[in-house]
Amino acid sequence: MIGVIARKELAAMFHTPLAWLLLAVLQAICGYVFLVGLDGYLEKAPMLAQYPDPPGLTEVAAAPVFGTAAFLLLLATPLMSMRLIAEERRNQTLALLVSSPVSASHIVLGKFLGLFGLLALAVGLFTLMTLSLSAFTPLDYGLIAANAAGTLLVAALCAAVGLYCSSLTAQPVVAAVSTLAALILFWVVGLGASDPSSWTRWISMLGHYQSFANGLVNTADLLWFALATALFLGLAVRRLDRDRIYS
Amino acid sequence: MVAGDGTRALLARLGRRRRCALRGPRAGGVLGPAGQFRYIPARSQGGARGPAAAQAAPRRPIHIDDDTCVNDALAPILAASNLSRHYGARHAVRDVSLTVARGEVLGLLGPNGAGKTTTLQMITGNLAPDAGEVRIRGIDLLDNPVGAKRHVGYLPETPPLYRDQTVREYLRLAARLRRVSKAKVAAAVDRAMERTGVGDVAGRLIGTLSKGYQQRVGIAQAIVHEPDLVVLDEPTVGLDPNQIRDIRALVRELAGSHSVILSTHILPEVETVCDRVQILHDGRVVYADTIAALRNQRGGQALTVTLLRPPDGEILRAVPGVRSAELLAPGRFRLVHEPGASPAEALARRCVVDDWGLVALVPEETTLEEVFVQLTQRDEAEAPVAETQP
Repeated sequence: MIGVIARKELAAMFHTPLAWLLLAVLQAICGYVFLVGLDGYLEKAPMLAQYPDPPGLTEVAAAPVFGTAAFLLLLATPLMSMRLIAEERRNQTLALLVSSPVSASHIVLGKFLGLFGLLALAVGLFTLMTLSLSAFTPLDYGLIAANAAGTLLVAALCAAVGLYCSSLTAQPVVAAVSTLAALILFWVVGLGASDPSSWTRWISMLGHYQSFANGLVNTADLLWFALATALFLGLAVRRLDRDRIYS
Repeated sequence: MVAGDGTRALLARLGRRRRCALRGPRAGGVLGPAGQFRYIPARSQGGARGPAAAQAAPRRPIHIDDDTCVNDALAPILAASNLSRHYGARHAVRDVSLTVARGEVLGLLGPNGAGKTTTLQMITGNLAPDAGEVRIRGIDLLDNPVGAKRHVGYLPETPPLYRDQTVREYLRLAARLRRVSKAKVAAAVDRAMERTGVGDVAGRLIGTLSKGYQQRVGIAQAIVHEPDLVVLDEPTVGLDPNQIRDIRALVRELAGSHSVILSTHILPEVETVCDRVQILHDGRVVYADTIAALRNQRGGQALTVTLLRPPDGEILRAVPGVRSAELLAPGRFRLVHEPGASPAEALARRCVVDDWGLVALVPEETTLEEVFVQLTQRDEAEAPVAETQP
């Protein structure tokens, strides 16, 4: 059932130009960042070579693509997630799902996977772009894998937050704005903290993404992303269930 | 203040529950395969709002095999008892009970705001009742929503259509959501399209269809998985007369293989389509009986007669059975008579004998509003409301 709903959501996104446009724009921006990084590396390569342990091409040109991609996902997800539940509620089409033999968690997980599928597709395209360098030079595949994994985790969390915000309202635009606000706050919350062990650092998405960006797959960070995603999905399930009780 | 309200609501709910329990088997009896009655105690836990409450309730060992139920013609497809629901301080539905037997069409009649939609939402699992119980083919909707919803098809007031899907895509989705196996989806969709007459627009986007076709797609969605119970919320609202006739014919046809609950505020619709009727007024069932009984109930108390050469009003009043005569227009009179004792025959004879030039003699049918007035007044004056039993 989850698969049926996920496929429906994914198909619905590609029924409108929005998904295509979004993929194209994200790809274009990341492509530009990639190009700038590549250019910079070629310029500085002779200078860098004098250092004892010089940063490689992957570090200079490929890794920044994922950093940009993660931030762009924060901006792009609200546009895709806003309609997931809010629009169905406004058009009163939620009744199709609710009167079908599926539970609220099926609906939420299905919609989550549908959106995550689209975001994962975008991340996949970025990864392929960086991997295109392998035709010309050896790459640090571990670093790329860690970056891609971190970006996928950011995408999952963004999708979960967006889905929850969408479940709160019947107005897609309200859902989009609240998602954007929540995600940006989530990203920047730890920036001002001077003490690295501060709790604001701990709840910040950026802090946990950073280790992936450095090529370090840390179980604690992995778990943090998994828990945060599960938390928002759980909240969305609760909210959807409450529809039957208070409405 | 708030706490006081809450306590009162709780007490009211407890009282209601005790009543259910005392009534014994009605609280949740299930007819077994051999016809013997299995008593299932009334739910011991709360108004069962949401899954948390359902889980807190002690699980009852009810495992009713689908097949045994199908063979048992006596078991009601839907048994909803003592449903109540309020929005804020307003009671939308109070103590409503519904039973629908296999193959039966039940009309739920009432003016706007009577609680029809709320009742239908509760029996389809779109809304949790504050109190009461819903069983679909013996499966408790609150304990096992997924199991119970398999057997229900629901067309809400606004059809839940995705405008940017084609009819076929949409129905395939609906079939898959209702757990029609992958291999059977195509056949189920074709059959639903054929029955609702949307086959010729199968490839069109739903958003481009006319309202009548959209309504049919909505019905197709509700029957694509061949449910035992089809719930239609005002399926003919906003359609033109031809479309209304088509939809009514379709509902009649559905009754052959499904049980149907149909809500409407149009009295003639119930009379042409339904076997049984329940009238809701102000969230309560004020009337529950067969269509024939409703017709008698409706049997008017007046005739409208049009005469080319009308006599004096006094002479008309003298016709046996006529209580009063009122001149509506030159030659047109409204004659009030005793309920159930129409003077039509005597009047027609007089018209011929005295050569009044009879042009029209029309029994005046009570409007829905008048039926409501009659029913609500009778209820207030006399006995408690009739309970439904098929």
